[in-house]
Parts: sequence; structure tokens; C-alpha cells
Amino acid sequence: MSELVPEPRPKPAVPMKPVSINSNLLGYVGIDTIIEQMRKKTMKTGFDFNIMVVGQSGLGKSTLVNTLFKSQVSRKAASWNREEKIPKTVEIKAIGHVIEEGGVKMKLTVIDTPGFGDQINNENCWEPIEKYINEQYEKFLKEEVNIARKKRIPDTRVHCCLYFISPTGHSLRPLDLEFMKHLSKVVNIIPVIAKADTMTLEEKSEFKQRVRKELEVNGIEFYPQKEFDEDLEDKTENDKIRQESMPFAVVGSDKEYQVNGKRVLGRKTPWGIIEVENLNHCEFALLRDFVIRTHLQDLKEVTHNIHYETYRAKRLNDNGGLPPVSVDTEESHDSNP
Amino acid sequence: MDKEYVGFSALPSQLHRKSVKKGFDFTLMVAGESGLGKSTLINSLFLTNLYEDRQVPEASARLTRTLTIERRSVEIEEGGIKVKLTLVDTPGFGDAVDCSDCWLPVVRFIEEQFEQYLRDESGLNRKNIQDSRVHCCLYFISPFGRGLRPLDVAFLRAMHEKVNIIPVIGKADALMPKETQALKQKIRDQLKEEEINIYQFPECDSDEDEEFKRQDAEMKERIPFAVVGSSEVVRDGGTSRPVRGRCYSWGTVEVENPHHCDFLNLRRMLVQTHLQDLKEVTHDLLYEGYRARCLQSLARPGARDRTSRSKLSRQSATEIPLPMLPLAETEKLIREKDEELRRMQEMLEKMQAQMQQSQAPGEQSDSL
Repeated sequence: MSELVPEPRPKPAVPMKPVSINSNLLGYVGIDTIIEQMRKKTMKTGFDFNIMVVGQSGLGKSTLVNTLFKSQVSRKAASWNREEKIPKTVEIKAIGHVIEEGGVKMKLTVIDTPGFGDQINNENCWEPIEKYINEQYEKFLKEEVNIARKKRIPDTRVHCCLYFISPTGHSLRPLDLEFMKHLSKVVNIIPVIAKADTMTLEEKSEFKQRVRKELEVNGIEFYPQKEFDEDLEDKTENDKIRQESMPFAVVGSDKEYQVNGKRVLGRKTPWGIIEVENLNHCEFALLRDFVIRTHLQDLKEVTHNIHYETYRAKRLNDNGGLPPVSVDTEESHDSNP
Repeated sequence: MDKEYVGFSALPSQLHRKSVKKGFDFTLMVAGESGLGKSTLINSLFLTNLYEDRQVPEASARLTRTLTIERRSVEIEEGGIKVKLTLVDTPGFGDAVDCSDCWLPVVRFIEEQFEQYLRDESGLNRKNIQDSRVHCCLYFISPFGRGLRPLDVAFLRAMHEKVNIIPVIGKADALMPKETQALKQKIRDQLKEEEINIYQFPECDSDEDEEFKRQDAEMKERIPFAVVGSSEVVRDGGTSRPVRGRCYSWGTVEVENPHHCDFLNLRRMLVQTHLQDLKEVTHDLLYEGYRARCLQSLARPGARDRTSRSKLSRQSATEIPLPMLPLAETEKLIREKDEELRRMQEMLEKMQAQMQQSQAPGEQSDSL
């Protein structure tokens, strides 16, 4: 202790960073068990995942989601007996399921958008979708600013939007560009090339290159966005995906066939059987691994930390820096109960 | 009485020789949204590379592009017969975000060809009328949809009374056999529901054998044809013969294999057997319908009878009292020519009557 009395210094507004000292542990402490503790908690609470599918009717959206999650989670399987008429305006239909694997429960919500791109005049057909997404942010925001908050706010925000590109082999459609331009700032968009079994390997690779270039030229950032790569490891991994694999050319199926003694999901044609999970045939397995096995948590985090925060900041700004007043007449309109 | 050989049974071969010399004109329109394999199919059908130097514009360029009508001609010769094939393309159709009324330029184009023909027919020099009328429209339906889309229905309804429509399902290798059947049935149901009249392949003659009739009926059941096109000849597996097709990792689609797609059917019915019928229907039914509507609207500006598609004979058309209004010169010319025609026809009939009376055998005054 010093004899001199130091000059009184004003308290800093922001507390100084604590000095971090790297010390070597002299024995096993057990802090690495935090991973296990987190895992146990997650298993108990389960987690929410909300995935939206957008694209013209008939591109195999429902089938693909069912294939992704290996269960009938999307509205009715794609059978040709579907008598549903194309709706005149874009509808938003959310269906929730609880699926369980290895003790982990997931509350999966699939949000379908029938009617998108199907009319003669598709001007602004993305607006109901944008509205729905913002409404979920608004719901979450209202819960957050409550005085008595729920322990776990139900998360209905859209974590991932799969946008289905028609496999024309030429380039993106004007509608594709319009949609992605408007929505890439609001939600994580993962473009996929639907029904990719109509393209040869060459055609696929050329088409993908053209699509990537068009997206770049138009300033459309699909997930994983470059600006959110956290470290070098992320960047290299994501770069590879962004520049080589995406958009994933996928084929979906809910039928099984016998191939080489194994039962596989596929499509049987007179000229051969297309195996959904065969990487030589299509990139379904890549998409599945990407969305579910490696980037599921990241999708949720980017939605919460970036997209939701952007929405929140804008709302607060509009309200003069104050939390939004919950006025029932102004804000309670759900697009679909 | 001895049956003597007069010789007019040689008439068909005379006609044949004349038409071979004259050559054959055919105008085919191809329509449908982009990316359905239209150009590839045309190249496969006629085994020529008509679309060599085409460049498909990018999406951002297509945002503001309006529909254009492109024409390209090619002379094909086969077995001594020359065909001048004109292809009418409609790039931009169905591309834009807002496709309202995007079929109107196409309808206008078809009517313009009728207009042109009507003028030429009524003109002074009718020796070399260029027939630029569209004889057939191949309309491509997407295999990815659930049948006809609203845009398809709108286009077909605007066009079915003006041109022979043959609907085809493009890129049919996207579908499994059951899906193809279901889609075809759905389309047929929708066409019926929307009362769209597609080109009816005529019944085969009653004197054809059963096998032929069966094949013909089978072929007609496959409409709309599900087609696959390819500009490449590939070797399937290295051991079999080279075929026109598409090579995938899971197998090769053979364009000319009837188990794979209906390409052969389309080629047979369109090119090999019904080219002439398409021209005749265009002339006798569709053009006459247009002409009748046109002239009737001149005669009775208030009452436009559009429901009657029946062929109005030339005589009855000119019997409608035409009002003496200050009309454009071409209209006047049409009337003058019709008058002339009527007079000539009257003279012809008088001559025929005279000939019958004098019983001169073998004199035929047929107007070809």
C-alpha cells in the first residue's frame, strides 16, 4: 500500500476492461463441463426453429422440407391429387411440429407461402411475406419490453428463408431478383435451385455461376453473409460454401427405392434412379448438413443479433429512442391466426 | 361399255410435282415462358441449329424488357422437297414481374399476318402471294407447375381461335412416368374446363388397317406431348450406339426413345403427317373466320358476330349490302375485287352449264 494519496480521478463512465492474465491451470478444474451443462439444458428445454419456404408452386418446396426433416412436417405431401387452387394473393401458412432426435426436442415451424409468383401480375407479391417477418420481430419486441417478462420468450421469428429458384438454366427471373433484393436485409435467405434433376452437371455449374454473379452484381447478400463472418475459420469455411456450393441444386423425394441392396430416397425414371442423398446426383445432402448439422445455431444467432436488432433499432429510433408503446389498435394484426 | 383410260388419275402426281417445284412454306410459332427448352426442341425437331448466336439476357435486363416477336427463316431440303420454315419466337413472354396483357402483341402479330394475306388476296397481282400466316403454335407448358398456370390459360384463350395450338410439356425429363400421366390429365381437364380448343389431329381414314388406327389412337392419348430436346449426340455407357440425348449421372435420356418422352410422336404428327393439314386448317377455318369477322364488321359496324366459326362462302359474303361509307382505299379495293370475283364465278357457272348441255366429256374446269 502506497503512502501517497493519489489524486482523485473522476470515475470512468465505462468500467475499464478487467486485466486478463493468462494463467496455466495447475490441475483439472472442470470448467470444460460447461459444454455438457449447456447440452443438458438444451435437451431439457428444446429449441425453436422456424423455416420459411418461398417459390412458385410446383417447385417441390413441401417435398424438400419433408425430406430435410425426414417427416411430414410440411402441408400435405406433394401428391398430384392436390386439388388446392392457387390462391389469388400470397398466403402465409405456418405449421408447427415437435420432432425429437437423440433426446433433443425441436419445435419446428414450417412457414409456407402459397400463391407467391403464380399470378399473371406478381407486382409486390413479396409484401405479405415481408409483413409477416416484421410482425414476428414486433411480437418478440413487445415481449422483450414488457415489465414482467416471460422466462423464455416464444420465438416465432423466421430464422431461415429457403428461396426456390426455377431451374431454367438461363439465369434468375426478374421476380427472384426483386424478392431477394427486398428481403435479404430482413431475413436470412438461402437460395436453392429446385428440381435440379433436369440439369446436367455442366448446365448446373454454369447456371450456378451465372446466378452467383447476378446476385453479386445486384448487391444481394444471401446467408451466410460475408459481413457476419466472425473469425478467419468461419470466413474460409463460409467462403468455400458461398463461392462453390451455393446455391445448392437440390432434389427432394418422399419415396424410397431399392438401389444396390439399400433403400434410398429417390426418383425413379425410365433412364435411371436419382438418389436424393447421393452427392453425385444432387446437393441435397450438402443443404441438409449446412442448414441442420452445422449452421442451425448460427442461423438463429444471426436472426437474433443482426436482423432482429436492426428491426429493434429502427423501431426505437422511430419512437424517439423510447421503447414502443404497446397500443393494441396499432400493432395487433396477425396475418394468419 | 369399255372402261377407257382417260388419264386424270394422274392429277395427284401432277399436283405433287408442281408443289415440289414450288416448294413448301411453313410458319411455326413457339411460345411459352423462357427456360422450358423451346429452342433446343426446335433444333432437335428440324435437326438444324437455328439458335446458334442467341444470347439470353440477364434477369436485371429482363425487368423492363417488353415482349418482342422474332422471326427467323431457314430453307431445309430433304428428298428433293424444299421447305421454307419460318420460326416465330416470342422472347420475353412470361418473364416480367407483371405479365398482364403480355399476350396482346402476339395476338396482334397473328392478326397482322391475316390482314396482310387478306390484302394480298384482294390485290391485283396474286401470282406470288407470300403466305406469312402462322400455321401452328407450339405452346410450352412448364413441367414444374401443377398444370396450366393463370398465364397459360390467358394466352391460350386469347389465341385458340386464331392459330392452331399444339400444347407440349417442355423439359419432360423432370417428371417420373406417373407424374407425367397426372400432369397430362390435369392439363386435359383444364383445357376442357376453360373451353380452349387446341388443334385436333384429324381422324384417320376408315380404310386404314386396325393396327394403324390403334397406333393413331394411342398417339392421340399422349397429348399434350411431353418432350425432351437435345442438341447433342451422346454415347450411352460407351457400348451402345450414339443417340441424341442428355447425359446425367444416373442415366441418359434418349430423345428418340418413346419410353422416355413423346418427341417421336410430336415429330411424326407435326412434321411427317400433319404439316399440310395444319396449313389447310389455318386457311380454311382460322383465316376464313378472321376474314368473315373483318368483312362483317365493315358491313355491320354494330353487330360483330364472333361466335360463328363456320366458313362463309365467298358468294354469301359479298351479298351482304355494303354501306357506301367513306372507307379507306384498301377496303374499297377488297370490295371491288370481290365484285370481280363474283362476276368471274358467274361466268364460270354459265360456261359449265353450257358444257354440260353439249355433253363434252372430260372437260374439267377446276380451280386449283
